[in-house]
Amino acid sequence: MEKTRTRKTTIDATGIYYRDLNAKLRSLVSQGIEDIEILNAYGQRYIGTDLNKPVTIEITGTPGNDLGSFMDGPTIIVHGNAQDGTGNTMNAGKIIVHGRAGDTTMLSARGGEIYIRDSVGYRAGIHIKEYGDKIPVLVIGGTAQDFVGEYMAGGVLVLLGINVENHPASYIGTGMHGGVIYLRGRVEEHQLGKEVGVAELSETDRVTFTRLVQEYCRHFGNNAEDILKQDFIKLYPKTLRPYGRLYTY
Amino acid sequence: MKELWKINNPHNDDKVIDACSIFGAMDVSGKAFSGTGVIKAISNMHDRSNGLGGGFAVYGLYPDYAEHYAFHIMYLNEAARHETERFLKDNFYIVHDEIVPTKPTTGIINPPLFWRYFIDIGKHKPTEMADDDYLVDKVMTINATIEDVFVFSSGKNMGVFKGVGYPEQIAEFFRLDEYEGYLWTAHGRFPTNTPGWWGGAHPFSILDWTVVHNGEISSYGTNRRCLEEFGYKCTMQTDTEVVAYALDLLVRKHNLPMELVAKVLAPPFWNDINRLPPGKKELMLALRQVYGGLLLNGPFTFIIAHEGEMIGLTDRIRLRPLTVGEKGTMLYLSSEESAIRLISPELDNVWTPMGGEPVIGRLGKPLPSHKEPAGALR
Repeated sequence: MEKTRTRKTTIDATGIYYRDLNAKLRSLVSQGIEDIEILNAYGQRYIGTDLNKPVTIEITGTPGNDLGSFMDGPTIIVHGNAQDGTGNTMNAGKIIVHGRAGDTTMLSARGGEIYIRDSVGYRAGIHIKEYGDKIPVLVIGGTAQDFVGEYMAGGVLVLLGINVENHPASYIGTGMHGGVIYLRGRVEEHQLGKEVGVAELSETDRVTFTRLVQEYCRHFGNNAEDILKQDFIKLYPKTLRPYGRLYTY
Repeated sequence: MKELWKINNPHNDDKVIDACSIFGAMDVSGKAFSGTGVIKAISNMHDRSNGLGGGFAVYGLYPDYAEHYAFHIMYLNEAARHETERFLKDNFYIVHDEIVPTKPTTGIINPPLFWRYFIDIGKHKPTEMADDDYLVDKVMTINATIEDVFVFSSGKNMGVFKGVGYPEQIAEFFRLDEYEGYLWTAHGRFPTNTPGWWGGAHPFSILDWTVVHNGEISSYGTNRRCLEEFGYKCTMQTDTEVVAYALDLLVRKHNLPMELVAKVLAPPFWNDINRLPPGKKELMLALRQVYGGLLLNGPFTFIIAHEGEMIGLTDRIRLRPLTVGEKGTMLYLSSEESAIRLISPELDNVWTPMGGEPVIGRLGKPLPSHKEPAGALR
């Protein structure tokens, strides 16, 4: 069946309280609007929260904390930087940030994909988890600060290290017990959480990794070949139950 | 968000869990600017606070009285004012005094009386005592012994304005859009485990030190005991107070540079110290041994200021947010980037510093990005 004409609308967010903005988004989506443009976002929180249709929301400005939290299907594109808690506990959909993002990017996500053009702050990908075919993906063009991948229980986290000499993060993957991190270059032993192992990428890893790099490049216009020929390592959890005996001697 | 303060939670649910907001702006060229932008920025983070505390610190505030200590004092009644003024006359020379201009503001309920005094130490001080020590001692005496009075600002050419309300209400109440300074800090409070009262709002201050804080200091008891041994009396019922006194002790009395002060308050972990090169390792060990009682535990972001300097510092694992922005000669520190962008949309640089790494703006010196902090990420 041929797709009907996309229904598009624009919201100037200047002076709009975050609850009213999100109520407006819910109302527009329930009316069948598929393409929403938000201009002049200055810190409104939870933009796109709990929306469950495959709509596209394009934001200019600086959206507030917990962008796209709990969302289940939309695509959010940010022209600017995102703040803390981007994609908090999201279930499905995509967030693409043409800039940097703050702390706890994608915390506790259960699915969906996030692409950040530049770097992120502390605790990116903390406790993301997977089940069946729901595998969260977080691709970061630059690098991350401390505790990236902390308590990771599933999912895929990529640090492409573009224009980055050394990854500054310590406590990488502390408490990690599932999922995988692909990271460009090398990190010192002391930068890793003690639950983390280091390996070469396998053939299977390469398939996933290549797809994610290509998608990153589609969003931000980099050359995928240039990135793919660099050296990457794989970080994985040495055990699936690192704390299994902690309280139970 | 434009005129956000006019929307005061219309959704009738008061149980909103949140965090404090902090904001700082400094022109390192020393040019004074009005409070309008800072007020707009802090009120954009309205929802981080809950109306139980707001405040501002302004530097370069009183150029006409730059050589005199400026006291801002709040009184609960006229009797307290008379008793305090007798004390001031007995211990200082009052150059000028006036009521602090305020205006009736929606949401500001039952405010205390506010007076300011420009004072000289005069002939009262014992000759062997430094001016600043004498002043700290007298401020502590007033706050600890006279009922219904609070000295909440006591530095030269600067001032603190604070109280119970949202920061934008406090700004309106004190008419802060009418003042100018080269450095402003601001705070919106979400009190967690200490009371919301007029003296307990941020900034906390002694001499020209001010501190605004998001987080909580779990080590308050230890820090307080350590500071009491040096004569500081903690009277404000709020954890942040210890930081103002710790700064006075470390910088003014012990002459530590701010870079090392940061390593006292937020020291590197032992395993990080073990990897440091010789020399630096011994220095960090010595700081932890000598100043262990001033290590701040718990989650925090501070914006610290004194004459000519503004410092942003987070705890070692950055459990509270801090974003840094630069534009021309302006340095901005904020809980959220959007608040900076609202008043300066086209920034030259934006980053989040590593936990425990101070971001320092100094009058007449290049902005911090010129000395790239380790691990800073754009």
